[in-house]
Amino acid sequence: MERIPILRMGKLLLVTIQVDMHDRLALTLQDDLTSRIVKDGARGVLIDISSLDVVDSFIGRMIGNTAAMARVLDAETVVVGMQPSVAITLVELGLTLSGVRTALDVEKGMALLARNGTV
Amino acid sequence: MEMVGGTRLAQLFTSNQEQLLTEWFAQQHAIASRRGLVGEAELRNQFTQFVSLLMAALASSERVDFRTPAWQDVRAFLSEMSAQRARQGFTPVETAMFVFSLKQPLFTRLRDSLGNDAATLADLTWTISTLFDELGLFTTEVFQTSREQVIVRQQQELLELSTPVVQLWDGILALPLIGTLDSARTQVVMENLLQKIVETGAAIAIIDITGVPTVDTLVAQHLLKTVAAARLMGADCIISGIRPQIAQTIVHLGVNLSNVTTKATLAAAFIVALQRTGKSVTGAYGQDAGRAVRSGDGLDSLQPE
Repeated sequence: MERIPILRMGKLLLVTIQVDMHDRLALTLQDDLTSRIVKDGARGVLIDISSLDVVDSFIGRMIGNTAAMARVLDAETVVVGMQPSVAITLVELGLTLSGVRTALDVEKGMALLARNGTV
Repeated sequence: MEMVGGTRLAQLFTSNQEQLLTEWFAQQHAIASRRGLVGEAELRNQFTQFVSLLMAALASSERVDFRTPAWQDVRAFLSEMSAQRARQGFTPVETAMFVFSLKQPLFTRLRDSLGNDAATLADLTWTISTLFDELGLFTTEVFQTSREQVIVRQQQELLELSTPVVQLWDGILALPLIGTLDSARTQVVMENLLQKIVETGAAIAIIDITGVPTVDTLVAQHLLKTVAAARLMGADCIISGIRPQIAQTIVHLGVNLSNVTTKATLAAAFIVALQRTGKSVTGAYGQDAGRAVRSGDGLDSLQPE
């Protein structure tokens, strides 16, 4: 079964989504991520979607849900690397992901988390 | 009533070509030279070409029908000529007169050669009249189409010209919007802005709407969409250049701008942007920075203590 790898960097977890997400993969990711947050005591999660050319409403909702789950576990989520066309699509779909922080790339995402004293 | 007499007319052209050209030229030259846009030699050239194409098409069959393939060359010539006239700035009437002014000389020739044969004269008159009407209308139609193409092309250029994104400072972009904001322009604006954010790694974008004449619910929606898209890319937006009337309109319409920073002037927005990126402006000698500044427009922080 394919899994999306989760890498640890200190108190940060880095998730890079490079393949098309389908239902089971998304649920597996949410399972894995929540377990890792608890196991590693992570305070921040970076979800990198720079490889995704196309984001539909399902992935949009999934990202929103994952961020909410992480927040319940006291970890801040930042979505990084959104491509311009993806951003426009999400806005047109009405998915503004209002509860999710965003940054241009991983470096800025980490800076953002550091600035807020999360990591 | 069908149009016949193709061969007869072709003969008429062949035997009277020189005379037709001279009379026609005299009429047309008066119009064209008033414009000063078409030279004499070029005009003669166009006439000769047109007449020879007409002769060939007329000779091809007894029935004269403008829509048949035999008239393809004539149509092509008229299209080219009409489009050229449109670009040169002639009016559609002047362009159509290129064709219509050949009627008079033709009728004169017809009457001369068929003075006693009333029936044939009537038939051929009818054929020529209808044919030239169609030719004239065809030139007008092509004229209109090419004018519309010019307009479309200019609209496209206008769209591209009026949405620049400039970098004010490290990580700070400015987007001065000029003109109304409809869905098409919003699309272009969003794409330009997001592309620039990626290129420069900017964290703040200042959208200045001083040049936007009216803000209604649709425009406000477009603005909010742009702000949301930029936020998804990790950049915060500040909307500046809000005129007093616009502020009133926004509140009356009930537009929700609570999660967007708004400023009255671009200068104020720039100061906020600098503060957010951890920078400030100081004078060369530490005191001059705030000297020429009015108080109350957000630049108070620069006033000397």
